[in-house]
Amino acid sequence: MEQAKKMNMKEKYNTMTGDLAWDFSYKTEAEIFPLSDFEGIKIEDWSKWQDPFRLTMDAYWKYQGEKERKLYAVIDAFGQNNAHLGVTDARYINALKIFLTAVTPLEYGAHRGFAMTGRAFPGVGAQVASQMQSIDELRHAQTQLHTISQYNKYFDGLHDPFHMFDRTWYLSVPKSYFEDALSAGPFEFITAISFSFEYVLTNLLFMPFMSGAAYNGDMATVNFGFSAQSDESRHMTLGLEVIKFMLEQHPDNLPIIQRWIDKYFWRGYRLLGIVGMMMDYMLPKRVMSWKEGWEMYFEQNGKMLFDDLARYGITMPKFWEQSVEEKEHLTHQLWLTFYSYGHAAAFHTWIPDDSELDWLSEKYPVTFDKYYRPRLVYLREQEKAGKRFYNPSLPQLCQTCQIPMVYTDPKNPTKRVYRETTYKGDKFHFCSDACKEIFEHEPEKMSQAWLPPHQIFQGNCGGATIPDVLKYYHFTENDGGEFLHSRDNANWNMWKGLTPDEEAA
Amino acid sequence: MAVKAAYENYSGPNRDAVENFHGNQLVYIGWDEHMMFPCAGVFPLPPQMPFGAVIKEVVPAAFSLHPDFANIDWGKVEWLLDGKSFNPTLDKSLEDNGVHHKSLIRMITPGLNGINNSGF
Repeated sequence: MEQAKKMNMKEKYNTMTGDLAWDFSYKTEAEIFPLSDFEGIKIEDWSKWQDPFRLTMDAYWKYQGEKERKLYAVIDAFGQNNAHLGVTDARYINALKIFLTAVTPLEYGAHRGFAMTGRAFPGVGAQVASQMQSIDELRHAQTQLHTISQYNKYFDGLHDPFHMFDRTWYLSVPKSYFEDALSAGPFEFITAISFSFEYVLTNLLFMPFMSGAAYNGDMATVNFGFSAQSDESRHMTLGLEVIKFMLEQHPDNLPIIQRWIDKYFWRGYRLLGIVGMMMDYMLPKRVMSWKEGWEMYFEQNGKMLFDDLARYGITMPKFWEQSVEEKEHLTHQLWLTFYSYGHAAAFHTWIPDDSELDWLSEKYPVTFDKYYRPRLVYLREQEKAGKRFYNPSLPQLCQTCQIPMVYTDPKNPTKRVYRETTYKGDKFHFCSDACKEIFEHEPEKMSQAWLPPHQIFQGNCGGATIPDVLKYYHFTENDGGEFLHSRDNANWNMWKGLTPDEEAA
Repeated sequence: MAVKAAYENYSGPNRDAVENFHGNQLVYIGWDEHMMFPCAGVFPLPPQMPFGAVIKEVVPAAFSLHPDFANIDWGKVEWLLDGKSFNPTLDKSLEDNGVHHKSLIRMITPGLNGINNSGF
């Protein structure tokens, strides 16, 4: 019997991707792919879609399987060695609480979104790339859950991330960002997530969490970071290829794509403010400041990327200058906001110790001592006097980004920015010109936003009192509030044999 | 501009229509130069509520934790309604004062500008 000739890489790729597509016999392409043209993106030739990795399905399964085996071996070792005691101190775990409740559900959202694009795009190259990424994202959600569940045995606030994600006031920020993209068409989704999020902003998401984990002795998180790294580089490359492909296909695509880039740059930047707050305030051992991160990853690297895209007519995202003007204020204002709403969060907040305040002075020489150190010192004194400050009112949120309207005019940092518009006779409020413009472009969509404080008053969140609402969120009495008085802190001191004088913060 | 949707005449519910608030309307109240309250608060209030009752009942619940609050001279407070200077009539209702659903009231207290005059 004659043995079949072994295929070379190119033949194998063609057989294992391109030939997986179906030929249609009794339905038209428009009937099979009804979502492919309503956004106005024109694709002349799907065969021009280039897969830079040439990854075949069989190789994909083989590589992913190997990564899984390594990861779960490390997770097992973690549990056997009480590795939760190796982190810098119990404050660090609060960064993981934000990651698990705000980021892991986005991985799952990405899994859903790429399943949608894989079905909606008429081209087979795009279908296969979407399918692989959809499976990657599901894997990331799972590996994050499995890794961080090791900490759930010992610390509060990690017990119900998906339930919290769908209900909690501050988690509506990542949720609404992602659902804005998920509920759009396939081209907008892939621009939003593959390009704006995975390519332009991803370094500012994964670097802080993964380097933060490495600096703070959290080897479990470092490990899932490594396991996701080769997937992430594939996703980033896809993000850039997608943009170039769309722009090369038809000149009419440019203004549509530019608007999506503008929109999701701004929404992504607003979302990343929470990560910035984590970098500056929550890591006991800091990696770099938000300001340094923004300068390196956006102002320098991002600028180079957009210079490269200029030949297609793409320009820097609108309102990017505003993000630069805000960089000296952003994280301090957000930490003070979460501190004041700490009784309604599923992670702990605290005032940094003196050496940490000095670090902030050094990193933010223009603003920190002038505006923010006095506030933190005042709040610390209040706490010591038994008057830990909590804001008794529910916050006014921005209709678009859903963050409390706490942002100020950078030139006048004690003046809040208030923007509003009217649509069908009702007022809508915004934290910035950018959020207002996003609303005004799609008011039919954005006026449907599920704003948690308003939902509480409509009676849709378990009751009218804060305990009712926290129960609806599945928060326990130990999840939020001041770190100093938390069960996490008490347990940590007990496990480590620390006296109150030696404890963190 | 309008949203581009997969079908014609796309629209959805206005999630925060006044009808959804059980007879109340939403009112936002913020205190300028007092960033201890990092943003304005939101309150569901009956449109018939007199403005004076808002000052007596709602505003203290929101802001009295600030040490400046006890020193406010209510005769000197300056008000902004939806961005414009505004002289509320205390015995008239919110509605009659022109405070509508999702109106923003800002309170300015001359001479009181936060802890050590810092805007906090």
